[in-house]
Amino acid sequence: MHSIFLGAAIVLLLLMLLCLVRVVGGPTVLDRILGGNVIGTHTTVLLLLIGVLYGNVGMFVDIAIAYALLNFIATLGAAKYFLRRKEVHLDTDQ
Amino acid sequence: MSVVVIALLVAGVFLFAVGVLGILRFPDFYTRLHAAGKCDTLGSILLILALALFNLQEFTFANLLVSLKILSILLFVFVAGPTATHALTEAALVVGVEPWTKEGKRP
Repeated sequence: MHSIFLGAAIVLLLLMLLCLVRVVGGPTVLDRILGGNVIGTHTTVLLLLIGVLYGNVGMFVDIAIAYALLNFIATLGAAKYFLRRKEVHLDTDQ
Repeated sequence: MSVVVIALLVAGVFLFAVGVLGILRFPDFYTRLHAAGKCDTLGSILLILALALFNLQEFTFANLLVSLKILSILLFVFVAGPTATHALTEAALVVGVEPWTKEGKRP
């Protein structure tokens, strides 16, 4: 059972690395925000998996709750900011 | 019990993988958002449910409290994921990110 949780955590880390490709080279700024949001969602689950692997979930649950709240607020704030800015394309010659 | 936990874990990781594949491969911002929003929400729900069930394997009062906390994360993800997706879609629509269409079939 322990090795299954470890395998799931490693797969989640690899998926987060793949998401980083979209964060680095997205066509618009909103793509980068989307990639960051997805990485944050994966991190929330990954924190719970790390808690199970370490044997005390009770400590890591609080960290996961705080991380989920921070991720949600950061996404909303960035979306509102670029809703005012009107310039989201990284290449300006279009 | 452990069979249910393993099935939920595999389903959640599979949904996460499908969502990341959609983010990497789809041609447009809106289609990427379509892949990311739903797959991430359902994958998180399945994985968090698996962890809450695994935590309840030896049934004590402390474990029950920790499982209820994990279920509160599930409730928050269930509300916050679609809200974030909707906010991003609204920002893209207002700013004017144009949707992808097939060549020559522009409406």
